[in-house]
Amino acid sequence: MAETRQAGRPLSPHLQIYRFTITMAMSIIHRITGIGLYAGTLLLAAWLLSAALGPDYYNLFQSVAGSWFGQLVLFGFTWALLHHLFSGMRYLVWDNIRGFELRNADIMSWGAAVLGFVASVGVWALAFSLRGVL
Amino acid sequence: MVQFNLPKNSRPTEGKTFKAEGATRVKRFRIYRWSPDDNQNPRIDTYEVDLDKCGPMVLDALIKIKNEVDQTLTFRRSCREGICGSCAMNIDGANTLACTKGIAEIKGDVAIYPLPHMPVVKDLVPDLTTFYAQHASIEPWLQTKTEEPKKEWLQTHEDREKLDGLYECILCACCSTSCPSYWWNGDRYLGPAALLQAYRWLADSRDQNTTERLDFLEDPFKLYRCHTIMNCAKTCPKGLNPAKAIAEIKQMMVERA
Repeated sequence: MAETRQAGRPLSPHLQIYRFTITMAMSIIHRITGIGLYAGTLLLAAWLLSAALGPDYYNLFQSVAGSWFGQLVLFGFTWALLHHLFSGMRYLVWDNIRGFELRNADIMSWGAAVLGFVASVGVWALAFSLRGVL
Repeated sequence: MVQFNLPKNSRPTEGKTFKAEGATRVKRFRIYRWSPDDNQNPRIDTYEVDLDKCGPMVLDALIKIKNEVDQTLTFRRSCREGICGSCAMNIDGANTLACTKGIAEIKGDVAIYPLPHMPVVKDLVPDLTTFYAQHASIEPWLQTKTEEPKKEWLQTHEDREKLDGLYECILCACCSTSCPSYWWNGDRYLGPAALLQAYRWLADSRDQNTTERLDFLEDPFKLYRCHTIMNCAKTCPKGLNPAKAIAEIKQMMVERA
């Protein structure tokens, strides 16, 4: 490729000025939740490790995970997983060369965003109701 | 490496304001300015334009400013009817052609920048050297192996229809410079414009170098940096859909594997 970077030429503004679109936001959130799932998987591994190490460690993990902060992190993990799932289903549709009409792409993207959040709240509501809290 | 913020020499500062005296319907144009001659950072100048004495399009306002207020304002333009692609720029947060963008479509001040994440030659003029080189790299011409026919290369009506939505591209660079993947990897990712053109030749029933063309694109960066962000299709002033063309290429890759 030809060298275009002449000394002193500024780079024109990009992220700073571009108006965000839902598909643009969903792409970034897909990447972020994907990275978040790595961290979540480590948490899952830590939980299994604590169980293997005996009741003391397991109880310690459970009390940390059960604190308000632990539950917040776990809710974030749930959301990252479900958001990534629904957001990823859009790629399945696109890979079949469907859903490229601008309106449909937006509907799929908003739909995945809303579904991911609603499903996360639903999972937690179900968990609390099974424990009799709700 | 991805750099989200602008380099130090590229951060715009607040510039001058040019008032429109005695005007009743005033629109403020906030325009990116940079000159290679004065060794300063870019700045945002504000021009008030009397809409009662100005044509309806953003390009009309730019020409009015250049003619009547500030002759140093620099931008490309030619056909003023959306077919040459010269006046592509970022207007009101999205890339489009200044000549087909109505001033009335924009609420509030009109912010105008050069096409995003490009080296600036002057004011609203970006350096498109790499963009054109990428277009050349996909070899955008008919390539055949069989003997040339006596007259023209024939094509059925159905095969010709496959080129609709592809051949209309005017290479204005709105799509490629709207794409975050192109922003971060513009040196190695070909970008939506070049890939739409690549597909235009892959889809052509008369072209016989499909295998070679796909071989060239089979690369982690050239093709596969497209993450279907859809900015290209949303911003195309000709209503084309490069994202879909790229998906078609990806499918051709799968089908031949």
